[in-house]
Amino acid sequence: MLGYLLRRILAAIPVMGVVALFVFLLLRLTPGDPAAILAGDNATPEQLDRIRASLGLNEPIYIQFYTWIMKLLHGDLGVSLISNKPILEMIGPRLEPSISVALATIILSILVAVPLGVIAAWKHGTWIDRFVMGLSVLGFSVPVFVIGYVLIQIFAIDLRWVPVQGFKSLSAGFGPFFERLILPTCTLSFIYVALIARMTRASMLDVLGEDYVRTARAKGIGEAGVLLRHALRNAAVPVITVIGSGFALLISGVVVTESVFNLPGIGRLTVDAVLARDYPVIQAMILLTSGIYVAVNLLIDLAYTLLDPRIRY
Amino acid sequence: MAIDTLPESSIPVTRPFRLRLGFLTATPIIAVATICLALIILMAIFAPLLAPHDPLLLAPAQRLKPASAQFLLGTDAFGRDLMSRIIYGARISLVIGLGAAVCSIVIGLLIGLVSGFFRWVDAVMMRVMDGLMAIPSILLAIAVVSLSGASIWTVMVAITIPEIPRVARLVRSVVLTAREEPYVEAAISVGSSLPKIMWRHLMPNTIAPLIVQGTYVCASAILTEAILSFLGAGISPETPTWGNIMAEGRAYFQVKPQLIFWPGLLLSIAILSVNLIGDAARDALDPRMKQREGK
Repeated sequence: MLGYLLRRILAAIPVMGVVALFVFLLLRLTPGDPAAILAGDNATPEQLDRIRASLGLNEPIYIQFYTWIMKLLHGDLGVSLISNKPILEMIGPRLEPSISVALATIILSILVAVPLGVIAAWKHGTWIDRFVMGLSVLGFSVPVFVIGYVLIQIFAIDLRWVPVQGFKSLSAGFGPFFERLILPTCTLSFIYVALIARMTRASMLDVLGEDYVRTARAKGIGEAGVLLRHALRNAAVPVITVIGSGFALLISGVVVTESVFNLPGIGRLTVDAVLARDYPVIQAMILLTSGIYVAVNLLIDLAYTLLDPRIRY
Repeated sequence: MAIDTLPESSIPVTRPFRLRLGFLTATPIIAVATICLALIILMAIFAPLLAPHDPLLLAPAQRLKPASAQFLLGTDAFGRDLMSRIIYGARISLVIGLGAAVCSIVIGLLIGLVSGFFRWVDAVMMRVMDGLMAIPSILLAIAVVSLSGASIWTVMVAITIPEIPRVARLVRSVVLTAREEPYVEAAISVGSSLPKIMWRHLMPNTIAPLIVQGTYVCASAILTEAILSFLGAGISPETPTWGNIMAEGRAYFQVKPQLIFWPGLLLSIAILSVNLIGDAARDALDPRMKQREGK
């Protein structure tokens, strides 16, 4: 197990290396002077010099990369071109809204999607099954921001059950924190529910045809026992995998949802950085989110052994 | 007869799949999706004939007007006719969707064919693909657009890059299986040229999965374009795209939610139709998948 863990961690290094190289080269390979690209058309020579100095653009490219990657490995994500603040300091206060929405979405999605998928597979071919599959195609097709605005219109403007937009920190009390989290979470959960329910259903359909399920039924175990203890546990691995691979979708969703609901999270920080052409911040956000994605998938790989004792490394 | 004396023409070429268009009407829902998509395509092609007004014409006196006989869906904050802008918006969505699907398939096919065939290329290319897949596609796309400036071409490139690894991986997996087949070994034995082996014997195996993947890429590209425009990182705001109309509508959402709902509805119908047609194509081309999905 320890050997496998080491191998998996080592395998993640080239992936992150490619991500780092890509974001580094993206600015350098874009046609034109990188400093002029970042500063915009009306930049003064002083501004261009400042950007060149800040990003080390006067050095040969391999030295630029070496300096940049060494700083990165020491936890220095660089400095914003707009606010001149260290990017790490800018990210810190933005984490709470993003993590809250992402975590709440994962929890809500699993709670809704897994039962939906199990029921759809159990009642395979009935209207319940068709309803779940229809919901899943809808979830993939209706853009997050359209869902967000429909929910705002119904629940915040027409019914006035929850606030329209904004975020309150948990330190301001659970009530205000929770009521502002409901709509963004429901919005973002739509696509994740679609993904997980579809996979749960497909995986359960595979498993429900297995001999051990027939044996369990023959032993007279109740339907709930068959579904939950015998089938779902065996169907869990692909479901967990899709939760991991869908994490990139979740991160993209967080960026859009934060813009719809005006949440001051890392997604909003990224969009603001794009609008201001603050490339060091964009670069840092890509590295951060890709790192989270790789780490989540690493953890999920390790979780397989806990879920399915047949998997041994 | 020794295999090395076999005339090359006697080696069976993999029979390309045959996709009959009947799958487009396989079920009533898919037929409706096909009709919806056809209508949206016609709307895009004949936009100049269908649009009642110039989608770019500013008329400050007419700003945020409700639906009326003159403006069937009302006007936006600059007095432009919402319906005309939505009709023209279909053009950008479809061009980007189709363009990104074709580009990512062509590039992904090349990478996948080479990776699947040459082990040493495979090791490097797949690490690069893993790296690209680790970057959330929206972030990758907005980074590309923010550096290269927003135009329809940069947006298309920005949307294509994150899709390439998915196509390349799919093609590679098909090639890895196909290259072990006797007909490929036979083609290698008789000294067929490498491009010929790839083009005539390996590539036909990838067409069916690529058609299915192409529809999903198309749907995803339409969605990503709308998201980029919505976030303000897409094609310049005066160009009528569904994402741009919605982005402008954000500020007036409480006054005129139609600015978001109408383009949002069409966008959803377009993506839903393409996804459903993709599912139908997959079922038609790969019955095993259909069985697995329990249909």
